[in-house]
Amino acid sequence: MADILLARYAESIFWLARYVERAESLARILDVNATFARDRCGAQDWLPVLHLNADEARFTAIYGTPTPEAVLHFYVTDHTNPTSIAGAIASARENARALRPLISTEMWAQLNVFHKWLGELGPAALLPGNTPRLLNRIKEACQTHTGITDGTLHRDQVSYFYRLGRFVERADQTTRLIDLKYHALLPSPTDVGSTVDIGQWNVVLRSAAAHHAYLRIVPGGVTPAGVAGFLLLHLHFPRAVAFCVSEANRVLGILRSRHGLPGGAAAAESLGALHASLGALTIDEIIASGLHEFLDQVQSRLIAATNDLSAAFFGRMLQTPSQTQHQA
Amino acid sequence: MLRAYTPGEFYCELTRGGAAQPVRDRLAAVPADELRRRTAEAEEELHDRGITFTVYSDENAVDRVLPFDPIPRVLSAEEWDVVERGVCQRVAAINLLLNDLYHGQRILKDGVIPAELVLGNANYRTAMQGLDLPHGTYVHICGTDVVRDGNGRFLVLEDNARTPSGVSYVVENRHMMQRAFPDLLEGIGLRPVDEYGQRLLAALREVAPQGATVTNPQVVLLSPGTYNSAFFEHVFLAREMGVPLVEGRDLVVDDQDRVYMRTTAGVARVEVIYRRIDDDFLDPEAFRPDSLLGVPGLMRAYRAGKVTLANAVGTGVADDKAIYAYMPRVIRYYLGQDPILSNVETHICREPEALRYTLEHLEELVVKPVGESGGYGITIGPRATREQIEACRAALKADPANYISQPCLDLSVAPTLAGDQVEPRHVDLRPFAVTGVKTWVLPGGLTRVALRKGSLIVNSSQGGGSKDTWVLG
Repeated sequence: MADILLARYAESIFWLARYVERAESLARILDVNATFARDRCGAQDWLPVLHLNADEARFTAIYGTPTPEAVLHFYVTDHTNPTSIAGAIASARENARALRPLISTEMWAQLNVFHKWLGELGPAALLPGNTPRLLNRIKEACQTHTGITDGTLHRDQVSYFYRLGRFVERADQTTRLIDLKYHALLPSPTDVGSTVDIGQWNVVLRSAAAHHAYLRIVPGGVTPAGVAGFLLLHLHFPRAVAFCVSEANRVLGILRSRHGLPGGAAAAESLGALHASLGALTIDEIIASGLHEFLDQVQSRLIAATNDLSAAFFGRMLQTPSQTQHQA
Repeated sequence: MLRAYTPGEFYCELTRGGAAQPVRDRLAAVPADELRRRTAEAEEELHDRGITFTVYSDENAVDRVLPFDPIPRVLSAEEWDVVERGVCQRVAAINLLLNDLYHGQRILKDGVIPAELVLGNANYRTAMQGLDLPHGTYVHICGTDVVRDGNGRFLVLEDNARTPSGVSYVVENRHMMQRAFPDLLEGIGLRPVDEYGQRLLAALREVAPQGATVTNPQVVLLSPGTYNSAFFEHVFLAREMGVPLVEGRDLVVDDQDRVYMRTTAGVARVEVIYRRIDDDFLDPEAFRPDSLLGVPGLMRAYRAGKVTLANAVGTGVADDKAIYAYMPRVIRYYLGQDPILSNVETHICREPEALRYTLEHLEELVVKPVGESGGYGITIGPRATREQIEACRAALKADPANYISQPCLDLSVAPTLAGDQVEPRHVDLRPFAVTGVKTWVLPGGLTRVALRKGSLIVNSSQGGGSKDTWVLG
């Protein structure tokens, strides 16, 4: 009784963590892009954001031209859009509702109030002058959630499945953040290394709250390769892909050893392989063979690992003792 | 605050009786606007914490809090003693009745209850015949709806022996009062309500399948899921008991009739299920084949004695409004005692004499369909329009067996915050009884209040609210 966790709860907490992390990352990405949009002119700048989530067709069908207002509406408050922040928080809340027997009342209440607040946002909140504050408040609400979770979630299996979800999602989102600027810069290779370019990579760092850590740790100042390398390969920065994969791997190990979960070998293998691939190459080698392709590969491996986790722990393939006997 | 309050011709729960004097004194010191402000804050907190029930309209699901009135309903130790003993007696009789109806049917053979009333009842489950239950307990959780008439006499309005709900509000209302009005309840000798979950768990473990080598039976709560209107209560109960809240899809029955839940480490045995799913949806193999909420094979496991269901299957036959009329006779038949709590006088319209009386006195009577719950389909004669009376008459003539009628009661009232004033509103009481080997009754219970002026209908789906119920001493 002490440490029994329903498979459905494991799945719910995994996705709860992912949705909140996704909302926070999206707020960060939109914030970065809003800053860029001020530097350049025209609507073109918002296309990469749509591209990241493969939302171009859906967006164009509803809104037509990607104006800043339309894109922000689509990604922040549009409840009908499942890839919006409002959509992510609604999904997080639905999962939290199912998890109410396990999570603290505070954890549920904060998500409930956050969800209500998002639903009540009027068009004024999305006006250009108001968006930085709005996105900041969203980010803070997500961080409040993680703080409450950290302070109230019992450290049994539930908390490890929560962390698995958070780190898998964060790794995925950071690859998108890197890819976002990679895309933005790619069309004009002559820009690379120019002043504008460095400024943009500075913003990427700031959006990941990595600016000061980077300056402290990476010698030689801000360079595109330096930033990409830091966010992709650093083992101690909490939003770096390698850090997240390493944490996910470690947490899965705890579930399998300390909590004695018999499944998960395939997931451990895919996360282990991903971890190894992030340690095998330097950022220069990755860029030389194609950063975008490498990021794509990381994303595919995270999806594969999620599928493995789902098969192992979320109740899809369970047998009762009598079935096992018959098949033995 | 109570200075301008007059209950009129009704029995008032707060202004009568000496036991409530300390409460009246304390209330007198609280100005009405202060009362209102603290109540509004408390209700907002309920919303934020999701202590809600869900109302489904055409397309939208709206989470509502059960409106809460801050002026407590107070019962003295003597008053409560009557209710408590009466409820225990009634639960004992209902369990004996069910055991008999699913075994020898002595009561039918002796002609105390017409056999066709039981055997032709949709809630009588032949699948239960001959099945012995641990300690003969069918109704582990019972909610007995009690009202008071103009003389302050307690009367049973209805037995809820299937899946009575509302206990979460009893405990949450108390917590809210403790936070918002500590000055009212401090040191007043209030009986606590927060041991409900542990009492329930203990009772459920007592009725675990016998004969098995189970020393530590696994109890779970089976819910229809997050979209059920009472989902919050399911969460509340699972948390208070410290047991998993499962849905049908989390459970599986193997070919040796054992029940398991799906966990991250494989499957784990389940011995006792507190189910908040109606009989019909429990097992698609046994009942409604289209049920997606249930567990295929669950009845197999139940009949094999491998799992205990609480409440048992087939208890609906005992809380039927038609059987209700026979309850005083049922109590005398099995227990040889006079009922401690009387019934409201009831005319069973399937009987020609009662039908004739009802049709002649429609303007004075309350007519209720026997199969409905939640206050639906009721015609209150003295308040009905000409058209409503005639519609009721036509329905009665078309299907008399579907109706009972009762006199219109002068339900007791309690002072209730209404806008700027305190006004009398009608209330009822639902005590909750938990039975494993023996019966325990949660002190107090859910006081529901009809918030609309003059209304007699206290159901939450029809404009009802609730009050904290205080048993003193």
